[in-house]
Amino acid sequence: MAVTAGTKVLNNVEAVRETLYEALKSDDRTIILGEDVGERGNVFLITKDFINEFGPQRVIDTPIAEASIVGIAVGMAMEGLRPIAEIQFADFIYPAFNQIVGEAAKTRYRSNGEYTCPLVIRTPYGGGVRGALSHSVSIEALFYHVPGLKIVAPAFPADVKGLLNAAIDDPDPVLFLEHKKTYRLIKGEVPEGHYTIPIGKANIIKEGTQLTVVSYGLYVHWALEAARTLENEGISVEVIDLRSIRPMDKSTILSSVEKTRKLLIIHEDNKFGGIGAEISAMVAENALFSLDAPIRRLCGPDVPAMGYAEPLEHEFMSSPAKMADAMRDLVKF
Amino acid sequence: MAKTDTKAKSLDRRGLSDDQLRQMLRNMLLQRQLDNRGFQLNRQGKVPFALGSEGHEALQAGAAMAFERGKDILAPYYRDLGLALGVGLTSYEIMLSIFARAADHNGGRQFPNHYNSKSLGIMSFSSILAAHIPHAVGAAYTIAYRGEKDRAVLVTCGDGTTSEGEWHESMNFASVHKLPMVMLVENNEWAISTPLDKQMAQPEIWKRAAGYGMPGKRFNGFDPIETYASVKEALDRARTGGGPTLLEGMCYRFLAHSTDDNDMTYRTRDEVSEHRKDDPVPRFVNVLVEAGIVSEADVNDFKKDVLRETNEATDKAEAMPFPQPSDLYTNLYEGAWQPWQ
Repeated sequence: MAVTAGTKVLNNVEAVRETLYEALKSDDRTIILGEDVGERGNVFLITKDFINEFGPQRVIDTPIAEASIVGIAVGMAMEGLRPIAEIQFADFIYPAFNQIVGEAAKTRYRSNGEYTCPLVIRTPYGGGVRGALSHSVSIEALFYHVPGLKIVAPAFPADVKGLLNAAIDDPDPVLFLEHKKTYRLIKGEVPEGHYTIPIGKANIIKEGTQLTVVSYGLYVHWALEAARTLENEGISVEVIDLRSIRPMDKSTILSSVEKTRKLLIIHEDNKFGGIGAEISAMVAENALFSLDAPIRRLCGPDVPAMGYAEPLEHEFMSSPAKMADAMRDLVKF
Repeated sequence: MAKTDTKAKSLDRRGLSDDQLRQMLRNMLLQRQLDNRGFQLNRQGKVPFALGSEGHEALQAGAAMAFERGKDILAPYYRDLGLALGVGLTSYEIMLSIFARAADHNGGRQFPNHYNSKSLGIMSFSSILAAHIPHAVGAAYTIAYRGEKDRAVLVTCGDGTTSEGEWHESMNFASVHKLPMVMLVENNEWAISTPLDKQMAQPEIWKRAAGYGMPGKRFNGFDPIETYASVKEALDRARTGGGPTLLEGMCYRFLAHSTDDNDMTYRTRDEVSEHRKDDPVPRFVNVLVEAGIVSEADVNDFKKDVLRETNEATDKAEAMPFPQPSDLYTNLYEGAWQPWQ
C-alpha cells in the first residue's frame, strides 16, 4: 500500500492503541480501567506496556466486576477525570447495564447540568471469530434506545482514531464499539497526530445511483465488496458507513435514498428491534414517496447469538455473496 | 447493642464544643419538622410524594458534624435529609425539592430528597440502590490520584442496599486501592417491608469489613455524639492515607418507607412503639439539658425557630414557579445538541 505523507498504515487494533496512547500522553486526567488492561496489556494487546510508561494509577487492572468498572469510571468523570473504561468483551457488558443506562446516561440530565459524565466505554463486539454465544454478540440495539448516550461503531482505522479522539474529548458518555473481526483484518492509512471526526456523521464510502446500502462495522467492508462486484455487472450501489449509531446521520441517509429511491440496511445484530428498524421508520416518515421499492433489511437471525460450532456461526453470519444477492434482488424490484 | 444509654451523669462530648452540640440538636429538631412537613403537604394533596428520615436524625446530625465542608464529598442516598442539612443545604432548598420547583438544584426532575449540590460536594444520585456507591469510589480514587490531602468521601446507604452486588464490588475496590472513603450504613432494620433476617443470614453488617480487609465498627446511631466520634475517626483515617472504613450505625425507621407505603401491613404498631421509647430526638434533648448545655427554654426556642424556618421555607418554595414544559429538553447533552440532527 502506498502511504500518503503524514499518515501511516495501521490496523484497527493499532489505531485504538495509538489513540489511547496519545490520550494518556497528552492529558493526565485520562485513566484507563478494565480487566487485564495493565500487566496483560488487554486481551488483544491494545494497551500493552502502557502500565510501564504511565503507571498502575493510570492503567488500572480492575477486579472482575463490570458494574463497578463503569460505576467507578462514572464517579471519576463526575469529579473531573477523563476515564476510559474497557469492557473486555461486549457480551460482558450486561452487569454494567444499569451503570450505563441508569447512571452515566442520566448524570447530566438528573442533576440539571450540575454534574456531567465525560466517559468513554470501549468494548469489542461482533462475530466471525468463533466467539460462541458469549464472545460474539452485538449490543448496540440494547443501548441505542437510551437518550443521554452516544454510540459509535467505526469500521476503518482512520475513523477509529478520529472517532475515538472525539469520544475522549466529548463532554458526555460515549459507548465505543470495536468490531473484533476487523481488529487485524482491516488496515488503512491513519493521519498522524490529533484529529477528530464528528460523532453523528456518516460517510458515503462508495457513490452509486440505483440503491442505497446502509451498514456499519465489519459488514461495511463486506457490503463494499459486494457493491464492487455488482459494479462489474453494471449495477450502481451507494454504500453508507453509518459510523455513529446515536446520534444517527439522518440527512446523509435521506439525501441518498432520495437519489437512489431504494434502501437496503445491513447489520450483524438481529433484525427485530435493531438499528435497521429505526432507520426504516425514519425513512418511511420522511421519504416514503421517494421510494420505488419496500425498504429491506438483511440482518442477523432472531436467535440469542451465533453458536460455537462452525456451521452455526456460518449460518448466523452474512457474507459478501449473500449481500450481493440481496442488492441484486432489490435493484430488480 | 442497646440503643439507650443510661442518663449521662457527665457528658462525654468527644471533643465537641457546646456550640457544635447545640447545632446537632437544632439539626435534629429541624429534620423532624421538615420531615413532618413533607408528609403533611402530601396528605394535603400539595405534593405527590414524600420520604421521611425519622429515626435517622441523630445518626445524620452526628455524621454531618464530622464532614468537612468545602473539602469532603458526600455521596448520600434518599433518606439523608439530616446529612444534607448538616453539610449546608438549606430548608428552602429542601422545600424546593419537595415542591419540585424550577429553582431546585435538579430543576424538579428528581424525587424529593434526591439532592445534588456541586458547590457543597453533594454528588447527584438516582433511586437505584447501590448505584451511587461505585461513584463514591470513583470520587475517592480521584482524590487519591490527585494526591489531595485532608479530603475524603462519605458515602451512605441503608441496610437494604448492602445486598446489592455493586455494594460488594465497591467495598472490594475501595479496599484494594486503600481509598479515602467511609461507607456509612444506616441500619434501620427495614428494607421497605423486608426485615433484616430476610436480608442477611449474618446480621452484623460491620463484620463484613474483615472480609474486605478494612476496619469495621458498629455504633449506636441514636446517639449523635457516638456517631460523630465514629465517623470522625473513620474520616480522619481516610484523610491521612489509612484507607476506607465500614461503619454501621444502628437506628430505626419510625415512619413508613414513604407516603406511598403502609408499614402496618408488614410490622406491628407494638414494634414501632417499642423503638419509640428510644426516640433519638427527645433522648438528645434530655442529654443536653441534663448536662447543662441547653435549658428547657432553649429547647422551646429551638422548636419555635425550626417551625418558623420550616414555615418560611415552605411558603417561599411553594410560591416559586414550576419548571417550564420546555425544560424537559435541556441538559441532556452539552449545549443544544440533539440526537437525530
